[in-house]
Amino acid sequence: MIRTRLVAQRLAFLFLVGCFFFNYPLLSVFNRGGDFFGLPPLYAWLMGSWLALIVLMAQVVEGKKD
Amino acid sequence: MSHRILIVDDEPNIVISLEYLMKKEGFEIAVATDGEAALKLAAEFRPDLILLDVMMPKKSGFEVCESLRADPAQAGVKIIMLTAKGRETEVTKGLALGANTYITKPFSTKDLIAQIKSLLA
Amino acid sequence: MLQGWVIVLASFLYLGFLFAIAWYADHRADTGRSLISNPVVYALSLGVYCTTWTFYGSVGRAAASGIGFLPIYLGPTLLFALAGFILHKMIRVAKANRITSIADFVASRYGKSQLLGGLVTVIAVVGVIPYIALQLKAVSNSFAILSSYPEIIMPATAGAVPLFQDSALYVAMILAAFTILFGTRHLDATERHEGMVAAIAVESIVKLAAFLAVGIFVVWGIHEGVGDIFAQAAAVPEVARRLATADSPAAYGTWGTLIFLSLFASLLLPRQFQIAVVENVDAKHLSRAVWMFPLYLFLINLFVLPVALAGMLHFQGAGVDADTFVLTLPMAHQHEALALFVYIGGLSAATGMVIVETIALSTMVCNDLVMPALLRLPILGLAAREDLSGLLLEIRRWAIAVILGLGYLYFRVAGEAYALVSIGLISFAAVAQFAPVVIGGLFWKGGTRDGALAGLAVGFVLWAYTLLLPSFAKSGWLPDGFIAHGLFGIELLRPQHLFGLTGLDEITHCLVWSLLANLGAYIGVSLQRTPNVREARQATLFVGGAEAAGMSAWRGSAGVADLLPLASRFLGRERAEDAFFRHARERGLHSMEELPSDTRLVNFAETLLAGAIGSASSRAMVASVVTEEPLGIDEVMNILDEASQVRAYTRELEQKSLELRIATGELREANARLRELDRMKDDFISTVTHELRTPLTSIRAFSEMLHEDPKIDLAQRTRFLAIIVSETVRLSRLINQILDLAKLESGRAEWTVAAVDVGEVIREAADSLTVLFAEKRVMLDLDQCAAGLSVMADRDRLMQVMVNLLSNALKFVPEDSGCVKVGAGGTTDEVRVSVTDNGPGIHAADHEVIFDKFRQGSGTTDVLTDKPQGTGLGLPISRQIVEYFNGRLWVESTPGSGATFVFTLPRQAGDNSQTAHEDAAAGQGPKHNDN
Repeated sequence: MIRTRLVAQRLAFLFLVGCFFFNYPLLSVFNRGGDFFGLPPLYAWLMGSWLALIVLMAQVVEGKKD
Repeated sequence: MSHRILIVDDEPNIVISLEYLMKKEGFEIAVATDGEAALKLAAEFRPDLILLDVMMPKKSGFEVCESLRADPAQAGVKIIMLTAKGRETEVTKGLALGANTYITKPFSTKDLIAQIKSLLA
Repeated sequence: MLQGWVIVLASFLYLGFLFAIAWYADHRADTGRSLISNPVVYALSLGVYCTTWTFYGSVGRAAASGIGFLPIYLGPTLLFALAGFILHKMIRVAKANRITSIADFVASRYGKSQLLGGLVTVIAVVGVIPYIALQLKAVSNSFAILSSYPEIIMPATAGAVPLFQDSALYVAMILAAFTILFGTRHLDATERHEGMVAAIAVESIVKLAAFLAVGIFVVWGIHEGVGDIFAQAAAVPEVARRLATADSPAAYGTWGTLIFLSLFASLLLPRQFQIAVVENVDAKHLSRAVWMFPLYLFLINLFVLPVALAGMLHFQGAGVDADTFVLTLPMAHQHEALALFVYIGGLSAATGMVIVETIALSTMVCNDLVMPALLRLPILGLAAREDLSGLLLEIRRWAIAVILGLGYLYFRVAGEAYALVSIGLISFAAVAQFAPVVIGGLFWKGGTRDGALAGLAVGFVLWAYTLLLPSFAKSGWLPDGFIAHGLFGIELLRPQHLFGLTGLDEITHCLVWSLLANLGAYIGVSLQRTPNVREARQATLFVGGAEAAGMSAWRGSAGVADLLPLASRFLGRERAEDAFFRHARERGLHSMEELPSDTRLVNFAETLLAGAIGSASSRAMVASVVTEEPLGIDEVMNILDEASQVRAYTRELEQKSLELRIATGELREANARLRELDRMKDDFISTVTHELRTPLTSIRAFSEMLHEDPKIDLAQRTRFLAIIVSETVRLSRLINQILDLAKLESGRAEWTVAAVDVGEVIREAADSLTVLFAEKRVMLDLDQCAAGLSVMADRDRLMQVMVNLLSNALKFVPEDSGCVKVGAGGTTDEVRVSVTDNGPGIHAADHEVIFDKFRQGSGTTDVLTDKPQGTGLGLPISRQIVEYFNGRLWVESTPGSGATFVFTLPRQAGDNSQTAHEDAAAGQGPKHNDN
């Protein structure tokens, strides 16, 4: 599965990135009024960064073997 | 013309016996009692054959043999190694260094003379 | 068209469809063409995480707290980012040990403890029952709402309906029947259910499709896109509040707690463990799931907030429960088909969860709770019963029924007090109690069974007290006084403000206390002692990964004759024989009769049985047939304290390896010494031979000459004969000396010890050599000899030393000018004698060499031009003699200025001569060892 230690470690790094993205204090930055292309900033941030994280995870595990 | 024989041994009594035997056979004799003297005499006396003891002071018989064989001027000299050490390795070593034959002490006088004659023939 | 019978029919058709899929997948699995051995199927089946709680509840939670529904899905995403470290390891360990459930996992990790397996099972069942209740509530509610179409009427509270008119009861019964059909058709040794997994994967697709359909309908059917919904929502103050979370530390704390909680739940919920670990076909599938499962979660949540906002906008003040928006929005817009599809989607979410959860729980209840208990009750005689496979299935079927029954009971009792999401979180908090022992068990070898028991028990009690009991109290089932005033009226014991902790929501509050206590007890109690043998072995197996399984658990053995009937009792004859035959084939044997009665076979049988009845029960059953080898007395002592056994074993190993290293070194050294000795002996013999042959050569040569030539003149003849005589003397002397030396060295020499006057010995020795000194015209000076020096020694031997030294000196001094001086003196302790010559001297390098046998320094000392006379044995013999009397003999010399040989003898010679004296006095043949 997780082919190499390196892949496992890259994923673990994404775990840390995710922890940072999805938590205080970063959330408080987006937790305000106004809108972002018609969406509340917090909602836009969470959905956007979540999807980005998933894409990154996919790239890490499905990417070319190295 | 009689052949010249150089006797090299550090045991005086053995030298005496060899000297007597060789003279009786009509050879011209020179005697050296150590390795260095042997090399010197070999150059001066120009023997046809050398009776060479192995265990000697200053230079062993092996070293003498090796030097002689390395010297083109001594190319024709025959060498009979005489030794009280009869181990296989030493026989092999002596022959490898260029001795013509190898005789173990104590030797039969008849055999020794026969060997010398056949080498000089 | 949405009459009750239509909905019922659709439900059954859907369930029938699922069953067909399951049957087909099982069929494929039996013929070896697995349908589910596919990473996409694995990722989809993980979608069992999304239950009705997600399907209906997310919208409800979004309506109540805006974005607050999201952490429940961010947590699992983060978990899969850690897949390489946690999940992958769990799968490998579980496969290697045939782990069948999370209870089995924990029990196995901490030494296959039945007690621990039982505790985990109890926690899981109690913890998950509210969650099952939630599914029942959701299905019965959705059925009730849909069947009242076209009106939108919220169902009556659960408790208000008479029991037999309660649709939730029928839902529970139908689900129980369906689960029993799915999960307990036959007993599988690996406890894997391919058909179920296939059905779950299909259900994941159905519920996702249904939710996306609602989302698309709401966003683009009712509204004009997401922007439109948000814009409208912003205009309504009551709805607009949902667009941002409360910006307070507590809110962020809750948020973080939920992420953390759902991360563990998506790993530790019995159904998640079942799907992610137990049902995993190939660990490689995990890498696809790493992104596909989070993507699934992302998609199913994409429209949650828009739908929630749209519902709030649409049903403003209409009293419609936000948990039902997914269903009621299509109904309100007369989209019957979509509403039915949504209902089916909700049914999918519920059945998927209930099936997997109850199968997982029933396996745990059967293997870790009921079977261990039954096997312990001798009255039932189960331990001796022939075929238990039927009984196992029966227990599981009953377990499924009972679990769903309990779920229904909880629904009746407490179901109405909470929204869907809150009920789910109660379960999440319960299974989070497994986190310390599971994660700790994977990475820390120090955890013990006692620590795990303590941690789980404390955590469970605190969870029940701070979360479960209040949920009962809030529903009026328990008096709620203890919530407000604390147990026994003690303020500090208020369950939701324990020890005065306030400012946290109830879930965070519960987690803080329960996990803190759990972790503390787990580590603290574990550290009370070192792990015992079994725990240590399992720790190595789990922490070190499956490859570390080097040590055998069994010291004993049992044959096929014992183990096959045992396995047959639990697996059925056919399956057991099949497994044994495959094992034999793996070991390169042709039939299972050839299998040897070894520990490997026992381990195989244990693992095989573990698949059916759990590791703890399996160990107990196998132990009943294994003949353990008799224990030695020291082993019995060790077993009295298993911890000391581990330590002793470790120490023993360390010591053994150290001893081995030392022994190897010693052996190598001894070998080198032996070789050296061998070489020396060889050299010695070669030298002796040389020394013997030299005089023989002269003797033979002259004898032959005399013999063959009788005409040799008399002078010559006399001369030759003299040589022969002297060489014969030399030969005799040599032989004597060799024998003498051999005697000295081997310690067989004879000694006569008495008081000896040294001066007298010196004079006598000098006298015996007078002729030789005179012949060579060498001066011998004895003036420096003090009188009256007495030592305890052997007179003749001392004489031998003196003669040797004097003749040695004589040999090297020049003729005519030679001079040898002897000195003797003494202190109160010792006598000192020296022999000084004016010969050529000896190189420092040769000062020791000359005392070696046959080494005369001639070969190494250039100063000596002539071969010295003598045998070369005089000095070694002299040294042997002096040393026998505890004296020393050495030489002092510089080349060119002569040499001085010195020896000392103690006045009272040491032990050797002492004993020699006594022995001599006792007349016992004075033979001694001198070593």
